[in-house]
Amino acid sequence: MLTSAPLEYPLIIRIRLFAHMAAHAGASAVTLEMPADCRLSDIPAALRQQFPDLPWPAGTMLAVNQEYAPAAHPLKPNDEVAIIPPVSGG
Amino acid sequence: MADLDIQLTTAPLNPLALIAFVTVPQAGGIDLFIGTTRAETHPTLGQLQHLDYAAYHEMAVKELTKLVQHAREKWSTTKVALHHRLGPVPIGEASIIIAVSCPHRADAFAACRYLIDSLKETVPIWKKEVYARSARWQAEVK
Repeated sequence: MLTSAPLEYPLIIRIRLFAHMAAHAGASAVTLEMPADCRLSDIPAALRQQFPDLPWPAGTMLAVNQEYAPAAHPLKPNDEVAIIPPVSGG
Repeated sequence: MADLDIQLTTAPLNPLALIAFVTVPQAGGIDLFIGTTRAETHPTLGQLQHLDYAAYHEMAVKELTKLVQHAREKWSTTKVALHHRLGPVPIGEASIIIAVSCPHRADAFAACRYLIDSLKETVPIWKKEVYARSARWQAEVK
């Protein structure tokens, strides 16, 4: 029996961008390929590799599948991650 | 849910529709909050032309529903209607209307205030200020 090297199954993660972050990226939705064991906290760096000048205002929060989530939240295939800059409704 | 009416819409808001929704025999007090676009002049950007609202629609509805459920538990609200306008909102027109009915007025005031204050903290909606010389998202200047 041969032991095989661990396989990296990239996760396809859909990213939603809003307000001036979407304007800077030129897109309101982008797709990232992430390593299988990635967490929510890995998303900002991956995003900034693709968009080096992406603004990131203080107080920006992250959501997974339309719920605010902590940085350690593990990601699953086809999760939707939203980057939520400070809100200003009302 | 029959006791709550949440809408995000590009159409002008009609306060009478919200009042009608929350008016029921068991409620002795109705509180209505209307947030409108205020005329502003920025020292370099000039006069405000209008505000332009965008939302993460699915999540905004979820977050608003949570706030309304919390208000129901804490202040025994009878019915709540909350409409937020999206897209351009001209000066003097309503961007948000919240109507709350409760058996007693103190609870209606408290629940309505909680809803507008919390909306501004957690609900993923953003405003863009469109001035005569330039436009900017509020999130850029916070």
